[in-house]
Amino acid sequence: MDADRIARTLTRIAHEILERNAAPGDVHDLALVGIRTRGVPIAKRLAQLLRDIRGGDEVPTGTLDITLYRDDLMRHAVGPQPVVRKTEIPFSIDDKRILLVDDVLYTGRTIRAALDALIDFGRPKAIQLVVLVDRGHRELPIKADYVGKNLPTSPSQSVQVHLVEVDGRDEVEIAG
Amino acid sequence: MKRLLKGGRVVDPANGRDGVLDVLIDGDRIVRVGRDLPVEADIVVVEIPSGLVVCPGLIDMHVHLREPGQEYKETVATGTAAAVAGGFTAVACMPNTHPVNDNAGVTEYILKKAAEANLARVYPIGAVSRGQDGEQLADIAELRQAGCVALSDDGRPVATALLMRRALEYAGMFKMPVIEHCEDPSLKAGGVAHEGYHASTLGLHGIPGEAESIMALRDISLAELTGGCVHIAHMSARQTLDAVRYGKTRGARVTCEVTPHHLVLTDEMLVSPIPYDTNVKMNPPLRASEDRDAMLAGLADGSVDVIATDHAPHHYDEKHVEFDRAPFGITGLETAVSLCLDRLVHAGVISLVRLVELLSVNPAKILGVAGGSLAAGAPADVTILAPDLAVTVSVARMRSKAKNTPFDGWQLRGGVAATIVGGRVVYEGVGSLLQFLPPAL
Amino acid sequence: MKKDLLGIAELSSEEIYLILDTAEAMREIGQRPIKKVPTLRGKTVVNLFFEPSTRTRTSFEIAEKRLSADTLSIAVATSSVLKGETLVDTAMNIEAMSPDMIVVRHAASGACHLLSRICRSRIINAGDGMHEHPTQALLDAFTIREHKKRIDGLKVAIVGDLLHSRVLRSNVLLLTKLGAEVWVSGPRTLVPAGMERFGVRVSTSVEEAVADADVIMMLRIQQERMQGAFIPSLREYFTVFGMTAERVARAKPDAIIMHPGPMNRGVEIASEVADGPYSVILEQVANGVAVRMAVLYLLAGGQEGG
Repeated sequence: MDADRIARTLTRIAHEILERNAAPGDVHDLALVGIRTRGVPIAKRLAQLLRDIRGGDEVPTGTLDITLYRDDLMRHAVGPQPVVRKTEIPFSIDDKRILLVDDVLYTGRTIRAALDALIDFGRPKAIQLVVLVDRGHRELPIKADYVGKNLPTSPSQSVQVHLVEVDGRDEVEIAG
Repeated sequence: MKRLLKGGRVVDPANGRDGVLDVLIDGDRIVRVGRDLPVEADIVVVEIPSGLVVCPGLIDMHVHLREPGQEYKETVATGTAAAVAGGFTAVACMPNTHPVNDNAGVTEYILKKAAEANLARVYPIGAVSRGQDGEQLADIAELRQAGCVALSDDGRPVATALLMRRALEYAGMFKMPVIEHCEDPSLKAGGVAHEGYHASTLGLHGIPGEAESIMALRDISLAELTGGCVHIAHMSARQTLDAVRYGKTRGARVTCEVTPHHLVLTDEMLVSPIPYDTNVKMNPPLRASEDRDAMLAGLADGSVDVIATDHAPHHYDEKHVEFDRAPFGITGLETAVSLCLDRLVHAGVISLVRLVELLSVNPAKILGVAGGSLAAGAPADVTILAPDLAVTVSVARMRSKAKNTPFDGWQLRGGVAATIVGGRVVYEGVGSLLQFLPPAL
Repeated sequence: MKKDLLGIAELSSEEIYLILDTAEAMREIGQRPIKKVPTLRGKTVVNLFFEPSTRTRTSFEIAEKRLSADTLSIAVATSSVLKGETLVDTAMNIEAMSPDMIVVRHAASGACHLLSRICRSRIINAGDGMHEHPTQALLDAFTIREHKKRIDGLKVAIVGDLLHSRVLRSNVLLLTKLGAEVWVSGPRTLVPAGMERFGVRVSTSVEEAVADADVIMMLRIQQERMQGAFIPSLREYFTVFGMTAERVARAKPDAIIMHPGPMNRGVEIASEVADGPYSVILEQVANGVAVRMAVLYLLAGGQEGG
């Protein structure tokens, strides 16, 4: 996917979000939580897009670092610990409809960790999952509600998402 | 039995000899030393391979044998076995045993154990004060009669100037030197290491060099006052060496000794290779490189009289604790010769002749015992050194019961080929080319 | 990170920054409604304190619990050591029950080095004798960075009983490693030998030490120091070295005042300074939990078998 494609995809997702959360009151309950690292700029862009389309207040956006919830931390115990960054969710998630945002959905373990983390913050009314790319090979029963693009891959390949905010350019490429 | 040690380099400074010579031994005495001695039928000839050195038996005048009372650390038997393995034909043992050697009973006990072991000669050093308590003089004449050759309250200094004065005067009657552990107790306080940068980085209480030199100055002044003989034990601080030089120029009868570890190591060992290694904890502590270098200079210029090990065996459990709690002391009998040959002779600090003076001639003179010489009629105490032998220090193979040494694994150039006490071969080094034992008859 | 945290001496500046950055992330957890993450779930951490401590021990306990570790505190003074058990044996008995980490505080310098040689568990030094107290220095650095945004180039004055202080040694090592200009001040009798070699300026004038300082750190002075003839009296100590408002005025106007605690009010620090607007003493305590969480997390991974 090139930059243009990514932009159009995110716009399409924004519209889908508004369609599915069209019941009265739903839209006011929306909040975005981006999973570090690249889920964060995507979440911020979606917040901007939602505001552009709908007008009104900006959708509250938070960032979530799931490192401490990973299920593979102490397993192999070789090499240094993964770096932990700050989690910032400056609003209550109780009774909110949380849109959890990540760049690539693969085994589903990251999302599982994110769900555990969110539950510790409060009790949302609903959690919906937004991903830019779904590359298949799920190891847990996790499904995205909004998918930018389905990219079937083999396990030996890797999907690299590049975003301007982090990498200086917008691009999704498959390597290997 | 007559034995001829043929063709080795004989280093015998007491008799002005250094050259390829033969040594004829009959029974427990030296008969003759000379060039190409005639070989008669009843003489067993031992060809000394070139490179080996034949010298008067080495004497370690500062050793802790721990018996009676602390046999779990060392015994007279294991200590003298370690001694001969280290090339020493005689040791002088300190009186800080349990009970203290302040009476004939303990002295005779030690001598009995030495006779049973029948390895190195043992010269007991008696206590200066009863119980080493620093209050009353011990029965010095009795100690002399029983076989003590010197006096010391080692482990601590003689408690007061007055008592030291009396000791020097009284012991002087019997020509016994007072061997002093120089240390001002109040300056030493709770110190466990040399006061300096390294102790500070580790958070260890320090002992300044002046704690030693202040007491040395006291004792040297008293030696001058009384005409007695004081021998400064295990000197470590350059200030102390300055005091000794001062005393000698004033004509005081002062002599001094340095240990091999104070000639080789510095307080940097506290930090590296093993931080807080209790095998580098001893009193006096390892000091700064300036002190170590001063000691080396003192060896070379003659200010230092003796090298003695202060062999201080401790049980592994006692040393396997926090640094503060570990007892002071490391072993030395089985590492001394290799360290001295490698770090002093091969390093060019002193000659082999001077080393023999430091390890044999001078200790014999100071203690007033036979030895230090290969003159005709002298006891046949002979050490055969292998100055080029490649040695890897191995604690596992040591004869001492104790393993508290920082030198395990060190690779040194120089070792002991054989040790002969009273004409008997009591130790033969591994890798020795000499065949001492006659073929089975 | 290595297997153990024995002191700042073994840490590189990169590792120090990693701990501080991780502590930032950990701090946020203490602000959530549920102050817990599952990271050290199933790990056992033993707090082995041979010296009494409320502050440090509680801080470690809370940090461990926030990471969901199973934690156990042992105040050894009352138990086996009184029965004559050695440090080595006490530790090996604990080790036989397979803890993952042992946090140790002991009165002997080097106690943690000894334990790290014989224990497979990771050892965290919570203060050993006069040697180091690395987590204290780390939380102090965290606090300084919070207020001053950096460490390098700051002038830091540390005042008090330098000789007996493990907090001093750890802080000096850390601050000089990170490029601060460190001044230490205290009675001449309490300056460790070779102090200049630590890369600090030494002054027996506290006024000189705090002039234009960005950070003033006070150390405890204890009653016992009169026994070693180190100082004549606590009263005199306060007159010459006590941190009063007048002395603080010589520092930069926004200088922060720090103290590892517990404080002796009126001895090393005047109450008005301890409770004043630039005192960050209570923040230090709060930051201690986050910093210790960071240390526990970073040490929990790493190579097996050290």
